[in-house]
Amino acid sequence: MKLMLHVAPGIVRYPVVASVILETGALVNIERASIDAVSGEIVLEVPAEKCQEVIEAFQKRGVKVMLLEIPVVRDENECVHCGACVSICPTGTFRFEDWRVVADSGKCIQCGACVVGCPQRALKLVLK
Amino acid sequence: MKNAGKESPTGFYRIAYFIKAVQEKSLSEINERIRDGSARVVTAEEMPDIVEELGPAGAVREVDVVTTGTFGAMCSSGVFLNLGHSDPPIKISRALLNRVEAYGGVAAVDLFLGATQPSEDRGMEYGGAHVMEDLISGKQIDVEAFGAGSDCYPQMELETSLRLEDFNQAIMVNPRNAYQRYNAASNSSDRTMHTYMGTLLPRLGNIHYSGAGLLNPISNDPNFDYIGIGTRIFLAGAPGFVMGSGTQHNPENNFSTLMVTGDMKKMSSRFLRAATFHKYGPSLYLGIGIPIPVLNERLAKSTAVRDRDISVPIVDYGVARRDRPALKMVSYEDLKSGVIDLYGKEVSASSLSSFLMAREVASALKEQVEKGEFLLSAAVEPLHRLGSSRPMKQTKESPNVVDVMSRDVVSVGEDIEVEEAAKLIVSGHFDHLPVVSREGKLMGIITTWDISKAVAGGKPSRIGDIMTRRVYSARADEPIELAARTFETHSISAMPVVDRENKVIGMITSNHLSSLLARRR
Repeated sequence: MKLMLHVAPGIVRYPVVASVILETGALVNIERASIDAVSGEIVLEVPAEKCQEVIEAFQKRGVKVMLLEIPVVRDENECVHCGACVSICPTGTFRFEDWRVVADSGKCIQCGACVVGCPQRALKLVLK
Repeated sequence: MKNAGKESPTGFYRIAYFIKAVQEKSLSEINERIRDGSARVVTAEEMPDIVEELGPAGAVREVDVVTTGTFGAMCSSGVFLNLGHSDPPIKISRALLNRVEAYGGVAAVDLFLGATQPSEDRGMEYGGAHVMEDLISGKQIDVEAFGAGSDCYPQMELETSLRLEDFNQAIMVNPRNAYQRYNAASNSSDRTMHTYMGTLLPRLGNIHYSGAGLLNPISNDPNFDYIGIGTRIFLAGAPGFVMGSGTQHNPENNFSTLMVTGDMKKMSSRFLRAATFHKYGPSLYLGIGIPIPVLNERLAKSTAVRDRDISVPIVDYGVARRDRPALKMVSYEDLKSGVIDLYGKEVSASSLSSFLMAREVASALKEQVEKGEFLLSAAVEPLHRLGSSRPMKQTKESPNVVDVMSRDVVSVGEDIEVEEAAKLIVSGHFDHLPVVSREGKLMGIITTWDISKAVAGGKPSRIGDIMTRRVYSARADEPIELAARTFETHSISAMPVVDRENKVIGMITSNHLSSLLARRR
């Protein structure tokens, strides 16, 4: 399952991810991280059975956690099923099914490549 | 002999007559069947299997019309709008429609709105194509018009708000649509490129292609046995016509195009969609379909075209020149498989045009023909079967990097100390020092800033430890416009100039470019 962390100012210099891994022993995969001087945004893939434990461990440390259930949404009226999003997605979220573009949202890490790559401006990242 | 035509043929002639009768049909016969609802219509996706099963002669007997369709970005599109005369009258020289400029140099109140014109306030996120989509969707647009003022057209400025029905005419005239096929695109450079072929990831990270393959109208009639001037077409849901061959029509190389027209007031926003290619600009996605009558075996064969029969080169957009190198020839079947082998690497391929919508165009057209709503038309004149698209004749030669660069370049090896590099910079009045290998090949670059930083840090270090390894360079034989674009894209002010072997032979700086511009003025 994917978690989106919002690391607030003040704790950005603290090794939150490492300490949560050590505490929970969860096999966490960092899929995307953008951190600047004051705050950060991290997307993690966490095994389902450890998910709740990991969420609580982060919350205890003052990190805002969101479950990324549907990371990317599509405006069905705008999408023409061209496929411009298919080959540019680093995780293979989009594919053709009988020439209709279908999304496996579970794979999305919210990098945003598809949002700018969509000629119809049909895609949006949730919570951003 | 005046009744010869009515006599029944005999002997050999009877056989010849029979063969001719089953292998050829006239357009009027087919239109007669369309009118009485008995015409057999299939899409170009269904036709290949029919021809394979029945043979071309059998397919001529079996099928009357093959409908084609394509749906993709067609930048070279636009619409003539007539606003009607204002009171007092104005001769519009400049007009803005939702802040998108339309060409006003045609008479007083005729405007031409081009699909790719970006807006003055929203930039490339909104453009001519978006104005068209808004109009077709029933939205009202803001019009600002400016004129010079004359005795017959005294008004100099006006504002109004109009809907599609308020225009006297809204006639789409598209100089170049429905490309027969289109080069696929990839990118060998080390940065992501944003092009009219979509996002192209670095180091051949993906492939984008465009075109409907076996459904493409011209690919089903590449010899123009049917399609010609005056041919009736489906244009974004409205009845349209082929005006002639399109601009850059290149039949000798199988890159033919069509110039088409149609009444925008009858178009549907289902088949006309405004688009924006990131960092390129607005474009227009259009659905175009042409029904092709199966008049003879030659047309039966050409409408049986499959994706594997249509090949295109994958060209390298990483090379910013007109003649981009081709990386590989592939068929639409290869492209549609979603994966292409490029130099031993499996590269993901996806389309920018919509095959789903191309299918919808071909099916909508099939339904219209079956219902007797769409009759086929004989061409007034055939399209050009010869000719190719030539490059621009450029009479004013632009200098290459080699003509403006400084040859007075001092490069250093990785092993020298920072202090030594600092001395070279001071004595030579350079801001940048290329770092090269023993063979003289470019490895990195050192700037005065890097040296100051190293000195401020207090630690003695080698140049190799502090240099920037990701260094942009210019080729001696490239036009200075490309070097200027590199400066701008990466916010840098100087770069080494290298030869074909990546050996440093000079430096080019933004000062070289600005002094060149100053000399021109």
